[in-house]
Amino acid sequence: MEAALTKFKNFLGFAAEDDFEKKKTVKFGDPSAAGQGRKWSVLSLIIILTAWVVLCELEIVPPLFWPSPLAVLEKFWTIATEGYRGHTLLGHFLISLYRVMAGFLLGTICGVLLGIAMGLSSVVRGLFDPIIELYRPVPPLAYIPIIIIWMGIGDGGKIMLLFLATFAIMVINARSGVKSVSVEKIHAAYSLGANRWQVLRHVILVNALPEIFTGMRVSMGVCWATLVAAEMVAATAGLGWMVLNAARYLRTDIVIMGVIVMGIVGYGFDMIMRLLEDKLIPWKGKT
Amino acid sequence: MSTPNSHSELRVENLCMTYHTEDGQDVHALEDINFNMDEGNLVVVVGPSGCGKTTLLSTIAGFLAPTSGRILLNGEEIEKPGAERGVVFQKGALFEWLTVYENSVFGLKMRGVDEAKRHERVMNYLDLVGLTDFVDTPIYNLSGGMQQRVAIVRCLANNPSILLMDEPLGALDALTREKMQTLILKIWKETGKMVFFITHSVEEAIYLATDLFVMSARPGKIMKRYKLDFCHKGLEKDPRELKSDPEFIKIREEVLSLIWSMEEETAAHAG
Ligand SMILES: Nc1ncnc2c1ncn2[C@@H]1O[C@H](COP(=O)(O)OP(=O)(O)O)[C@@H](O)[C@H]1O
Ligand SMILES: [Mg+2]
Repeated sequence: MEAALTKFKNFLGFAAEDDFEKKKTVKFGDPSAAGQGRKWSVLSLIIILTAWVVLCELEIVPPLFWPSPLAVLEKFWTIATEGYRGHTLLGHFLISLYRVMAGFLLGTICGVLLGIAMGLSSVVRGLFDPIIELYRPVPPLAYIPIIIIWMGIGDGGKIMLLFLATFAIMVINARSGVKSVSVEKIHAAYSLGANRWQVLRHVILVNALPEIFTGMRVSMGVCWATLVAAEMVAATAGLGWMVLNAARYLRTDIVIMGVIVMGIVGYGFDMIMRLLEDKLIPWKGKT
Repeated sequence: MSTPNSHSELRVENLCMTYHTEDGQDVHALEDINFNMDEGNLVVVVGPSGCGKTTLLSTIAGFLAPTSGRILLNGEEIEKPGAERGVVFQKGALFEWLTVYENSVFGLKMRGVDEAKRHERVMNYLDLVGLTDFVDTPIYNLSGGMQQRVAIVRCLANNPSILLMDEPLGALDALTREKMQTLILKIWKETGKMVFFITHSVEEAIYLATDLFVMSARPGKIMKRYKLDFCHKGLEKDPRELKSDPEFIKIREEVLSLIWSMEEETAAHAG
């Protein structure tokens, strides 16, 4: 109990400054001397929530534009249980999740394969470099019009869009991951008796994993952002669509609730990727 | 493939290596290198930096094809890297995603040796270098000296004819370095393998070598050869005492001034 309390205090940053920290004479500019500042995070959250409640109670801003936290929470409950236009909140979320996952996984698989081939062969690299370099800087949302023309507003178009977004990132990261292997490791593997295939599988690919994973984390964030926007442009269900549809009827409470849910989901994706990274690639950043 | 009781020997004949640089210049990294190595030989190469030591090792390891001349290991010409030649690099060649044991067993696994046999061999060598307590430790949690011990074990596990080492102790602190020198002598004595060792520390070279080659730069040639026997006393006598032996110091100063004069010559040419 005592230990748990101390741990919580430490987490919030209320722990007594340790002896070594006190002895540092230069603190300004030393990154290790600047803590997490979690107590200030708690404070800022409290201020924001209080301000929100007070503003609503005093009715300075009409609830139509800025509903109270309670109203938002209430909407969360009703939509979670009764649904919005045919789907519950979970339903909308699952529809969005399906699109993200399909596009993300397809893009990752294809992107990693091409990226590896480009890292290994100058022919493949030369052939695909122009296309990749041309389409990579285009913001994925710019494809929406053409994708709507080609594929309509169904799931296929959105999956295609997320595929394109993921693909470019993964090609670049997988390629640079393959290139990042040191000659010494390759030489060592051959000298130990490995053949080409074994060098590829046990050295080059494993060595590229950290960069591939970084690519996956970035892609996941891009996919989520792109999808929500795409659903606002053209869809009949999904979290992005729900928010835009609610806005048409000035249902501000639903809009705000939707935005918060999107934020939490995006944060959740990043946390999951980070956990997976720690579990699967513990050697990352250690040499 | 060598069997443990077959005799091993290395012959380097008229070896030349010329690099063609991008700006059209020819760098004669090695010119007419000749030497033979037999079982029990510990050849150490010293010389000013850029004199072609790494190039020589790379051709023996099979990473580079020589411009002319040839290298024969047990009568067979070297064309590419192979498990009968173990290579220890200065650093960065271990697989940081594997543990000590997994790194050590890598070669045997790739070559399809069965599990019981590879376990026995690897544990045997891990014991020799004193790493049995660290079998499951990830590589990145080891000190530099321990990492080099793993690098040696993973070569030995393959039972190679020769160990090729390119400044294997160059990145270690002074104290660890001296301990590792003694360990290398111990491994060499116990396994009886040929060892080809590159260093820029003259003291280390004289302490370890049965045959010491001093190389000159551009063109890279073997300038002087010494037959030494400090390595035979190295395990019985205290290493510090051995290294302050008058005979030892005499040779050390001789080799050092040789290298110094070459460095100055190169500098004069460049200037
Ligand atoms: N790939 C290369 N292309 C051109 N010159 C090279 C190349 N590798 C090495 N050299 C040159 O060959 C000489 C010998 O290099 P190296 O064998 O690495 O020397 P050492 O290991 O003795 O320091 C150096 O002068 C170096 O600049
Ligand atoms: Mg070198």
